Amino acid sequence: MDSDTKRLRRVAAELDEPVAANGLLHRRAFLRGGIAFTGFAAAAVTAHDAAAQAAAATGEKLSARTLMTQAVMGGPFTAYGQPARYERDAVREFTVNQLTPGTGSSRTPHHVLEGMITPSGLHFQRNHNGVPDIEPNQHQLLIHGLVKRPLTFTLDSLSRYPMESHIRFVECAGNNGGFNAAEPRQADVQAMHGLLSSSEWTGVRLAVLLDEAGVDPKGKWILAEGGDGASMSRSVPIEKCMDDAVIALYQNGERIRPEQGYPMRLLLPGFEGNMNVKWLHRIQVTPTPTFTKDETSKYTELMPNGKARQFMFQQPVNSFITKPSYQINLQGPGYYEISGLAWSGAGKIAKVEISADEGKSWAQAALVDPVLPMAVTRFRLPWKWSGQPLTLVSRATDEKKNVQPTRSQWLKLYAPNQGYKFNGITAWAADGTGQIRHVYI
Amino acid sequence: MSISKTAAALAAALVLGFGGAALAADKVPAGPGLGKEAPADLVAKWSISILPDGTGLPAGKGDSRAGATIYVRTCLGCHGTNGSGGTGGRLTGGIGSLTSDNPIKTVNSYWPYATTIFDYIRRAMPITAPQSLTDDEVYALVAYILSVDGIVKITDPLDKDTLPKIQMPNRNGFVSFWPAAPKGF
Ligand code: HEC
Repeated sequence: MDSDTKRLRRVAAELDEPVAANGLLHRRAFLRGGIAFTGFAAAAVTAHDAAAQAAAATGEKLSARTLMTQAVMGGPFTAYGQPARYERDAVREFTVNQLTPGTGSSRTPHHVLEGMITPSGLHFQRNHNGVPDIEPNQHQLLIHGLVKRPLTFTLDSLSRYPMESHIRFVECAGNNGGFNAAEPRQADVQAMHGLLSSSEWTGVRLAVLLDEAGVDPKGKWILAEGGDGASMSRSVPIEKCMDDAVIALYQNGERIRPEQGYPMRLLLPGFEGNMNVKWLHRIQVTPTPTFTKDETSKYTELMPNGKARQFMFQQPVNSFITKPSYQINLQGPGYYEISGLAWSGAGKIAKVEISADEGKSWAQAALVDPVLPMAVTRFRLPWKWSGQPLTLVSRATDEKKNVQPTRSQWLKLYAPNQGYKFNGITAWAADGTGQIRHVYI
Repeated sequence: MSISKTAAALAAALVLGFGGAALAADKVPAGPGLGKEAPADLVAKWSISILPDGTGLPAGKGDSRAGATIYVRTCLGCHGTNGSGGTGGRLTGGIGSLTSDNPIKTVNSYWPYATTIFDYIRRAMPITAPQSLTDDEVYALVAYILSVDGIVKITDPLDKDTLPKIQMPNRNGFVSFWPAAPKGF
């Protein structure tokens, strides 16, 4: 055995030592080529080579020993690619109200996705009166109200402005709302956390357009309105509009999908989803908030004293584990990678910790690059499960030092049944067979 | 000195104050100036938002009795008898319930301004035919919903002068968290 191999074995042995209770390993255990995986890979390669040499000697047709699919012509080109036909689980989930089939929400299947970007066709939807069919050449964006020059912009004219691209999450304020239920709901990550998605958004900085219109010093808010059947409208403070707000025209490289606001939506990084007005067609600069239905009746947080929080726009720091999770069970004792998503409306994720003993000991997870502000961050942690029952929880901290509260700490802040902006720590319990259940800790 | 630079500096200060967005406003790039002057009639036609002080309310009027007739015909199927609830949600009742173990949030128990009711019904309801009501019908429907809980009298017509003066039961029920959480939170 050469000295490099010896060193690697030694590192592997050290990394195989748990850093927290119930088998949580060092976050770099897999990365350094440690653990048993190296040996396994080498053995597999040798066996494969031997089999190949034996077959080559027989003189049979090549197709007799390769894959079926290698011996036939493949399918033709397609104009727009679709996921593999076997991926039937990677779809949005929704319930349909017969009277208003387009009103409500559909959820992203995070339990079967990986990485940090949500495929555009799986981005969650919260629609207040369906998806409008907007002809892009007919669409105009009007900016008026407390401005020197009321202006209109077409998609063509906006497409000639300097563009910016940002990877940002959009999350409905009602996401994670199911955690206020008295008993833990036995439901998957999609049902519990699916009103969160992440895309690369490209468009024009709103401040450029507002500058062009010339905002009056009395203009402290804007009213942003969609061109949908709900004329969905929200007030946004002018400070946000002049900071990082973007009129997004593209999502993940292509024009925004109809469900996401084609041909243009407002993107307010870190702010609750409802304010990121889709099908944006009108911006009115106003002296005060307009107090629209969706910033009074909805998306306000009732407290135990009967008063409601209003204009608490930022989505709080949060995280959840996707692997393992409800329906994503463990397949017997051995090595696993715990994985999930963390995000914060206040900036970058600084740290994600995992506990396998209900929060008594913690291991720090690896954060997958790039770690961006107001974007979801993928985290991973190697784990050796011995087969004993245990509970896994994740806890995220952002760069502003905001930390996820416990569920009971969060519940104390609000009135019964208040479900907006839940960011309490959540837990998955594994029984001895590897079945995962949702539990409260 | 453009307005946005001042505002961006202000925003940066505010953002620090409430522990907010990390993306500092980098320099706002100049645009090519392709906005077209908006015709006054387009602005007038599209200005459908109503502010709490009544700015934007149109001419016209309607009372609760007229509203009840329209309600039964166009709203009841989804919002129930007298707004008591259905697939579209409950609109009336629940006043005084917000501190209880079962808070009931309705238009009458929760909404701070009557202007929002006019604004919302006119733009969005009935959901199967949005923007199909006349301004008189919208005033009448607002009067009807409010009269169910005695917030306006059955005989009081609402118009652009009287509607913004209505004192909603939960007028002082909201605490603003912008630009920062108030003291003690
Ligand atoms: C076909 C069903 C349907 C009909 C008919 C209907 N609505 Fe609605 N209504 C809804 C739905 C669904 C919502 C929730 C919309 C959303 O998700 O934003 C709603 C919301 C509302 C709200 C806001 C409630 C709240 O507390 O936030 C009001 C007020 C309202 N409707 C009034 C009316 C009036 C007045 C009429 C008759 C002119 C009417 N609706 C007809 C389905 C309906």
